[in-house]
Amino acid sequence: MEQVLTKHFADDRYRHVDAYVETGGYEALRKAFGMPKGQIVDEVRKANLRGRGGAGFPAGVKWGFLPKDLSRPRVLVVNADEGEPGTFKDRLIMSRGPHLLLEGIGIASFAMTIHLSYIYIRGEFVREAKVLEEAIAEAYAKGYLGKNILNSGFDLDVYVHRGAGAYICGEETSLINSLEGKRGWPRLKPPFPASIGAFGLPTIVNNVETISDVPWIIANGGERFAALGVEKNGGTRLVGVSGAVERPGVYELSAGVNLRDIIYVHAGGMKDGKELKAVIPGGSSTPVLRSDEIDVTYDIESMGKAGTMPGSGGVIVIPEGTCMVRALSVLMRFYAHESCGQCTPCREGTGWLSKIVRRIEEGQGKEGDVELLLDVCDNMMGRTICPLADAAVMPAQSFIWKFREEFDRHIEDRKCPYGNKF
Amino acid sequence: MSVAFSDTARTEFERILSRYPDREAAILPALYLAQREFGYVSDEAIVYIADLVGVPPAFIEGVATFYTMYNRKPVGKYHVQICRNISCSLLGAEHLIEHVSKRLGIKPGETTPDGKFTLSKAECLGSCGTAPVMQVNDDYHEDLTQEKIDALLDRLP
Repeated sequence: MEQVLTKHFADDRYRHVDAYVETGGYEALRKAFGMPKGQIVDEVRKANLRGRGGAGFPAGVKWGFLPKDLSRPRVLVVNADEGEPGTFKDRLIMSRGPHLLLEGIGIASFAMTIHLSYIYIRGEFVREAKVLEEAIAEAYAKGYLGKNILNSGFDLDVYVHRGAGAYICGEETSLINSLEGKRGWPRLKPPFPASIGAFGLPTIVNNVETISDVPWIIANGGERFAALGVEKNGGTRLVGVSGAVERPGVYELSAGVNLRDIIYVHAGGMKDGKELKAVIPGGSSTPVLRSDEIDVTYDIESMGKAGTMPGSGGVIVIPEGTCMVRALSVLMRFYAHESCGQCTPCREGTGWLSKIVRRIEEGQGKEGDVELLLDVCDNMMGRTICPLADAAVMPAQSFIWKFREEFDRHIEDRKCPYGNKF
Repeated sequence: MSVAFSDTARTEFERILSRYPDREAAILPALYLAQREFGYVSDEAIVYIADLVGVPPAFIEGVATFYTMYNRKPVGKYHVQICRNISCSLLGAEHLIEHVSKRLGIKPGETTPDGKFTLSKAECLGSCGTAPVMQVNDDYHEDLTQEKIDALLDRLP
């Protein structure tokens, strides 16, 4: 399997510009400067590069949304607010291969005539922010950023902007507000960021992994990248496996890998020989799969047919013996904590979901509580400015639909059959 | 009592301002600076930043309280934050929080009387592949066990 991103990650020096250049780094940027801008965007389109932050929107198409009129400056914002529970792949790129990201920013910015870029990194990633700052300083010193990059006449400034602890800021319009120094409240769309984004300027927001794929695409061609994946899902993707597996970690795999193989081959199978109970396949917001539903290809369309999504590439493996009500109560507490409070259905809904699931778990559930949960879900889904409400509803509904008997048993027995613990 | 940045922090603030098209964008970085300078984001710090940026203090207050990483109250020398989200919980985070709580004699959200430790429960720290995880000040500690935590807490001066 060709490794687009992680090939040199084992080498500690790779985070520095000299080692990066030794492996052919920044050659794609040089190549891009010799290409017509439209052709760069075309290569990314041909690559079938789908956004790696969770939504899976085709990157080349997104880039095409910028207005043709160049009279207003534009901004590229890299979304490094990795916060979806179960997701920990962008952290790897930023700590092991920061220049991949910077070269990708350079190419994308040139293609879109952007001269100002921010990397919005979650506040907790203090070390990763430092690695990025160092890499940026190196890139400026070597002429890969700044004025007249590689004598192309193209100028680009890149800055790191640290978030401060808010899951919602991974949503792109919330992220933009946060970058502007405001509370991270999502914005109504339209206008979309591509027309009015950060500081009122046309703005493109892309995930770290998405942008980091760009140098390889330009070096090797969009079609070759597309061929590494499956139809409509080009390339490799970083899959983070956590929970009850022998070898948790980040694996770079074809977008066409089978979910069962992710767990049983790449991540070494179940920890301590336990049985598999369930899998949350693409970060905590994606609908859960039962153990008999995991024989599915990990691309967006196949996962969609299975009623779920590969999201941000975070596979959470839940072993037999886990209380699914307790697991859901952990997730619902999280969404209640992270709701920004702007839309009533989400602010109130996430709070009630959390309260009701917790009381069921604690043996205080009442008859009709499960129906009440589902009713609350119906009143949240699709009724808010941003998808945080949906992100809470999808696990809630799927846990109930697929593990209903556990919820009922908690209510009937007035206690948790697993003894209120993991 | 009013507060002010040191010369170093003031210089850093000016450098931060130069990165953005408008002053308000410097609010998040300025709050971090204030936290570093004054130990936490005090009411006085909020008034000071409001003045620096040129917005009402209520606006800064609204921002500071929206994000979890700005401490509006003093915290201990070591802020121990243990993740309790799903991947960490599956691998024993709840027991670890209980253990540290007992060991330090404080509940999550509290600070030891000597001001050395503050214990908090954190939501996903984005390090699920090395769960359970905790953050102590700026540093992550991964693949935690009770023994590892004990050794670390013993070691901290």
